[in-house]
Parts: sequence; structure tokens; C-alpha cells
Amino acid sequence: MSGHASTYEPKYAAGRWLDKRLPIVRMGADFMTYPSPRNLNYWYTFGGILTLCLVAQIITGVILAMHYVPHIDYAFESVQRIRRDVPFGWLLQPMHAVGASMFFFAVYIHMFRGLYYGSYKAPREMIWILGCMIYLVMMATAFLGYTLPWGQMSFWGATVITGFFGAVPVVGESLQQWLLGGFSVNNATLNRFFALHYLLPFVIAAFVGLHVWALHHAGQNNPVGIEPKTKKDTLSFHPYYTVKDGFAVVLFLLIFAFFIFYQPDALGHSDNYIQADPLKTPTHIVPEWYFLPFYAILRAVPDKLMGILLMLGAIAVLFVLPWLDTSRVRSMRFRPVARMFFFIFIFACFILGLCGAKSPDDMAFTVGERVVNGESRLIGLNFVWLSRIGTFLYFSYFLILPILGLIEKPTERPDSITKSVLGDKHPKPAVSG
Amino acid sequence: MMLRLVKNKVAPAAALVGMIAGGLTISHAAGSYDFDYEMKYPHWHFEGPFGTYDRAAMQRGYQIYREVCAACHGLEHVSFRHLGDKGGPYYDENYPDPNSNPYVKAFAADWLIQDIDSETGDTIERQGTPADKFPPIYPNDAAAAGSNGGAIPPDLSVMVSARGGGADYLYNLLIAYDEPKPEKMVISPGTYFNPVMDGGAIAMAAPLIDDIVEYADGTPATVDQMAADVTEFLAWTADPKMEARKNTGLMTMIYLTILAVLMWFSYRRVWRNVEH
Repeated sequence: MSGHASTYEPKYAAGRWLDKRLPIVRMGADFMTYPSPRNLNYWYTFGGILTLCLVAQIITGVILAMHYVPHIDYAFESVQRIRRDVPFGWLLQPMHAVGASMFFFAVYIHMFRGLYYGSYKAPREMIWILGCMIYLVMMATAFLGYTLPWGQMSFWGATVITGFFGAVPVVGESLQQWLLGGFSVNNATLNRFFALHYLLPFVIAAFVGLHVWALHHAGQNNPVGIEPKTKKDTLSFHPYYTVKDGFAVVLFLLIFAFFIFYQPDALGHSDNYIQADPLKTPTHIVPEWYFLPFYAILRAVPDKLMGILLMLGAIAVLFVLPWLDTSRVRSMRFRPVARMFFFIFIFACFILGLCGAKSPDDMAFTVGERVVNGESRLIGLNFVWLSRIGTFLYFSYFLILPILGLIEKPTERPDSITKSVLGDKHPKPAVSG
Repeated sequence: MMLRLVKNKVAPAAALVGMIAGGLTISHAAGSYDFDYEMKYPHWHFEGPFGTYDRAAMQRGYQIYREVCAACHGLEHVSFRHLGDKGGPYYDENYPDPNSNPYVKAFAADWLIQDIDSETGDTIERQGTPADKFPPIYPNDAAAAGSNGGAIPPDLSVMVSARGGGADYLYNLLIAYDEPKPEKMVISPGTYFNPVMDGGAIAMAAPLIDDIVEYADGTPATVDQMAADVTEFLAWTADPKMEARKNTGLMTMIYLTILAVLMWFSYRRVWRNVEH
């Protein structure tokens, strides 16, 4: 599976017997000795962190599912029961809820890292596309899961999101009813959302398997974006990167634990402590923080269908990114102009996140006041217009990249990974006995 | 070297902090207070990483709930036995099983529970037991709305978590009834002015007046005192496992910090001969 010469030698007869029939131990051993570039920095530890997130979500989720009741009359109550009466439910429920946020936090850093170091470029397009698939299924899973506690935001978030399908021309209405199992979000909706929320994490796990397979086939990218040329350029995955990833994982767990134990509600919305009420619409329906940038893009356009298309486009464009970036140079370290646009792109994501959280007509900045027909009005920039600017900046990154690759003059790159690490010093052997 | 250190180690850390701060500001969008009312922020005993619930305040708060709030508001997610759980208002280490705690038994017996006679099948009323949940105040939503001019009194079990301002919001809501109403503002019949409520009009009449209860422990029953006490009690009903969570949290943070130091030194040792 991993494309390097296997060094595994079974020590015992039983090991040799198994190795001839199912070389599963060999696969694990080859994984551990996989040659990894020696210059991977801490941004590269998020792959391991994300694996941990997925495993943690599945384990806590399976236990929660044993106690959760997917019925509109009992769902909210059953979550309260988990937090009050189920042994360690008070720990598992926030672990799962905070875990979703931590998962997205890690996946966004992982994706931004891929963007910065050009990890999506040949021959790693499939790694990137599979990653985008994982992200897409993650978003679906998180949305479905947020519906399950059956709070006000669960219900109204589900109403808004399923409403998107109603905007599809001609078949929209029937499509929406088919998805909901009725004319509005109801018990049938909650039941199928629960079933799908249980299913999709395993789909993610399957995609993760393919993602890692593709990674081991094409090899890891690295901060200078130059392929390893000699043995000196690489290190065995174990112990070098197991220990580095391990350190990063513990730091990540410290942040995770801080939220679970001290701020379990900080990443959620207080309205979700109110049981869903189909007759009372909350004043502001907001999604979870990790969807806010897309929500802002959706609301930046007055037309519903156009807004939805633009929002989907914001995700779809990621899939074709490997062919949009025409530069042969991978790492932004050697692309000063592209690097500038990369940071503008990050900035746009944060601006859009802010716009998604605020109500569109509120003012982002005011420069003065003016009296119109006896009423005073603020002059400045409201969040709708700020989100339009953000949306423009977001998409312009993907429009500029194809041109930039052709006209930008990259800075000088080192000859090899080892040279980039050691400079002109006499190279030491990478692996010491 | 230094620059690379900054790039490789400090920058990810800064990004973490930035994203966390972003998350926090997003979630703290409290209600809008367009009136001149200035929110008061008392110190809560349960604040901070080591904060615990004030037992005496919770017990007084339970008295307020029983004698004032329970006229209209339910507590549907709470059982009587929870009162005697570890971290609860009447926990007694002599009674690790709250079902045998005499206070809990007495409080439960103080409530009437609708039940069905297992012999005859008739609807009966019986005394509560520690295993019972706090009973609903009204038989159904229509009855609740009918008795309250159309507004259903919300359940209070998770009220402190269900409002953006948390305990501070609830406390201020209870003490702000005396504030002068802006002259221009018109209050529709059946509602009352309260500057803390979103929009300034609330369907609940001022529930607390000085000395509406006589505290068992002799504390003067001022509106301010009662509001703080019932808020303490309702903070516990909303988050009854807070003390267990913070205790486990402290041990977890210590454990992870030691592990992080060990991992750091392991990392240094494994990589000692590799420049990177």
C-alpha cells in the first residue's frame, strides 16, 4: 500500500504464517517506517489530530446513541437525561458537542495548510479531492447532528437548510418534501436525520482510508514543496513523526479539555436550550460557527437560488483548485505575490464568518449620521455589504491564481529538502544510529 | 533560526488563540438593552475554574422556587432526588443515596403527584417520593396559556443556559421591575415593563416583593437577596454536574500538562541529532 521497500521480517513462525496469508502486520509496520520529509512543521500535525477527532466523535457518538431518543416529544428530554442521569453523560455529551467544533477547527487549519504549501498540486490532486469530499460529508454530518438535540436552533436551522432544496427550479418543492418526509421539519425528519447522522461518520472513515492511501502513494508534501531526492531528505515516520504528532495532539487536547470542562456552552447557542417550537421563530437564526462564512455568502445575494448556487460554488471551487493554480511552484514560501493573496483569502474567510454571525442590516462601521425626512440614519457599511466584499475577496482568490501562476516570478528555491534545512553547512546524516 | 521558530511554532499557536477568541465573541451575543438600565454583575459563587455552588443560597433559592415561582413555572427535567445528589443543594455525605436523604424525602412529600391507582386504574393524587420528577404545574399547554393571558410560563430547568446573559440576565430580569418606563413607550394590557426583557415588555408580573417569603435561615428577604438566591438555585438546575465537571477538569488539565512536558522532552530527545 505504501510505496516503499518493506523492511518487515516476521520473527516468529506464527507471524510468518500470517504474513503469507494476510500481511496486515506488514502493512502496519510499513506505515510506521514510511519515509517522511524531514522538514515537516507543526502545521503538518493536524492530519493525526483529525484522525483522533474522528475516532473520538465515533466513540462518544455511539455511546450517546444508546441513550438518545429520536422522537420530537422525547429528544430534548433525553439529552437532558443524558446530562443528568446517565453515568458520565455529563462528560460524554459535551465531549461530542465540543468535539464537533474542535473537528472543524482542526480541519480548517489542515485545509489552509494545504492551500499555503500547495499540497493539492500534481501528483497529489486525489489527496486534495478526497479531502474535499471528507469536508463535504463532515458538513452534512455536523448539520444532521445539530438537529438531534431538538432545540430551537436545531429545528429552525434544519428548516432553513432543507429550505435550500425548495429553491431548486421545478422539482424543488417535491424534493424538499421527500427529504423532510412531510411538509415541514417533523418526527419523520428527526428519525431520518438520526439514521443518517449515524451512517455518515463511517462514510467519512472510508474516505479517510482512501485519503491516507493516496497520501502514502504520492508521498507527503512539505513546507518547501520540493520532492525528497535522497535518503537524507526523509525520516522514518516512527519515531520522528509519531513523537512530534503526539506532542501536538496533547496540546490540542489541552484546548479541547478547556472547552469541555470550563466552557462547554461557549461554542453553541443559548437558544438550543429551548425546546423546538414550530410556532416561534427565533429573532436571529444562526448556524454553528463553522458554517458562518458560507451563511454570509448565502445572504450576500438577494435572490435565494443565486445565493444557494454561490454558497455551493464556494465549496465546489475547492474541488477544481488543483487545475486553477497554474504555478509549478508549490510552496507559498517562494511565491511572494500569491502569498499576499493567500492571506487576503484567510482574512476574507474571517470577515465572512463575522458577517454570518451578525444580522445583515446592522452596521459594521459607521462614519456619520444623516437626517432623512426627520429620521436620523447612520451612514457607513452594513454587514450585507461587508459580506458582499468578503464574497468578492473569497472568489477572487480562485480567479487570480490561474493568472498569477503564469506571470508571477517565484523567488529562488533550495536544491533539496536537506539544503533548505541545513543551508550551506556540511550536511549531517539525517538518521543517527 | 529565530524567524523559523516564530514561523513554525508561534504562528500555529497564535492561530489557535485567535480562532478560540473568535468563537467566544460570536457566542456572547446577549440580548439588546436599549433602555437606560445598567446591568448589574454580582459575583457568583459558581464563577471561575474553581467556583462551586453556594449551598445556603441554593437552599434559599429552592424555597423561593417552591413558594413563588412554582405557582406558574415547572422544573420538568429535575427529580426530587437530584436535590440530594453530590453538588446539589441538600447533599449530605451521611446519605450518599439521595433517596434516603430525609430533607429530600420531606421536600418530595410536600408535592402532590398525579398518578394512577395500580389496583383500580383510577386517577389519584399521592405524595411525591424522591424518585419523582417535579410535577408539571398545568395539565397541558392550553391550560397554561389560558391561566396566563395567552403566555405559557416557560419551564425553568435550563433557563439559565437558555438565555444569552446566563445567570446575570436572570438576576437582572428579576430586580429590574422597578425601573421607570420611558414615557413614549406603550405597554399593552397583560404585560409589564422590564428593561432587561428583549423589547422591554414581559408577560410576568413582578414576582418578588420584599418579605414575600420568610427565609428559614433568617436571612432578610429583600428582592435583591431573593433574586440572587433563586438564580443560584436555577444555575444548579441548569448545570447540576458543574462541580464534578470542574473537579475532573482540573485533574485532566494537570495530567495533560505533565504529559505535554514529557512529550516535549521525548520529542527533543528523538530529534536530538536531526537538524530540522
